[in-house]
Amino acid sequence: MTKLRFHIRFPEEKIPEPVIYQIGHEYQVVTSIRRADVRETTGWMDVEFSGETEEIERAITGLREKGVLVDPIELNVVE
Amino acid sequence: MAKMKALICRECGKEYPTEALHVCELCFGPLEVKYNYDEIREAMSRASIEAGPKSLWRYKELLPVEGGPTIGLHAGMTPLVHAKNLGAFLGLDELYIKNDCVNQPTLSFKDRVVAVALTRARELGYETAACASTGNLANSVAAHAAQAGMQCYVFIPGDLEAAKVLGNLIYRPKVVEIEGNYDDVNRLCSEIAGERRWAFVNVNIRPYYAEGSKTLAFEVAEQLGWRAPDQVVVPMASGSLLTKIWKGLKEFQKIGILKDVSTKINGAQAEGCSPIATAYKDGRDFFKPVKPSTIAKSLAIGNPADGYYALKTVAESGGAMDAVTDDEVIEGIKLLAQTEGIFAETAGGVTIGTLRKLVKQGAIKKHDVTVAYITGNGLKTQEAVVDSVGRPFRIPPSLVKFEQTFGQQGGA
Repeated sequence: MTKLRFHIRFPEEKIPEPVIYQIGHEYQVVTSIRRADVRETTGWMDVEFSGETEEIERAITGLREKGVLVDPIELNVVE
Repeated sequence: MAKMKALICRECGKEYPTEALHVCELCFGPLEVKYNYDEIREAMSRASIEAGPKSLWRYKELLPVEGGPTIGLHAGMTPLVHAKNLGAFLGLDELYIKNDCVNQPTLSFKDRVVAVALTRARELGYETAACASTGNLANSVAAHAAQAGMQCYVFIPGDLEAAKVLGNLIYRPKVVEIEGNYDDVNRLCSEIAGERRWAFVNVNIRPYYAEGSKTLAFEVAEQLGWRAPDQVVVPMASGSLLTKIWKGLKEFQKIGILKDVSTKINGAQAEGCSPIATAYKDGRDFFKPVKPSTIAKSLAIGNPADGYYALKTVAESGGAMDAVTDDEVIEGIKLLAQTEGIFAETAGGVTIGTLRKLVKQGAIKKHDVTVAYITGNGLKTQEAVVDSVGRPFRIPPSLVKFEQTFGQQGGA
């Protein structure tokens, strides 16, 4: 069982969609939202994904395909 | 009692032991070092600082290490230059340049943060240093690791320019080129940092690493004759440097080294990567990540970890932010070189260009004691100015030709 933490950003048009709920149903991962700020035009969430590493990778790819942006919890680490 | 009390979450305030942790387990907020200021106040004075080594380690009471320095002994105490020529050009009486172009050993301010990070990493028992970087940070980690006899891994995007790769290879770290884009490098490095017992300086050691930037505030206050400047202009990449300069000044006030701190903290970015400055101008308390496109590559962080805190710092101090075009960056580099003899990298051009704008806007005034932070050496980013500095005069080896070119009194 792996736990990975991500910072997820929602473009304005994706805000009404239950993306985290969908991912939890489409992949064998458990999501735990720790912090979030969702407004009318923008939104982000800090989320922990638990599951097998490959399944988390698939879930992240799935999130990206849904049009949300996924970064490591640290944001940019390349300096 | 130890001078470091704990690591504390910047969001929820939960405290953790001073280990290699960087994210709050509860809310995933970033951690920073919390100190025992009562103890430090007893141990630190202007006199004790002045009696210390001529390096950033003269401020070790306010740095996150338990013992003495072991790595990066020569970083810091770079010149604070009273820039009279540039000041006259801009209409400022008291302009100073904090010149980290000559920081040791790799000619950028990163030598400060890496000295602190790796000294702390050694205290925590790490034998391998690592970072993800496209430039100055990689140079500094690789050089310090070589000197300290540590293993070193440097992760770079697969499309990095050859000269930059060479600048790392010379120190013989394991340089790992990652196929894929910048986002892929980011994610892999974050995951590796979670898997390996390595001191990933800007990931799991980040709370300690970032504290090294405070020395840029401490030194300026000391070099100004124990006073805080009225204004500082700071280049922003992750935004961490700006927040730590503010933290350093406030800490000096807290322990009684400085009486009054009313410094306005001003942030500078390049327009091609200005998520923080744009949020400031739009009056937002959050930034929107961007895809960087600027010659100021050392500032090209599109999703800055401390962007939110940089906005907060500038608001709290009453400062401002602005951004400059790539042409203005080049103009800034040339202006600093041609007035003060300091050849800065592109980030320096961003700082000088933004300083110019802030003076023009009236945010910085004639009599303000103003410090512009120049964080890296121009010899590292020559490609940015190669087409805008002209060509040498070419003449045959003849005195007649020389005099025809320059006249009898030419160059006298």
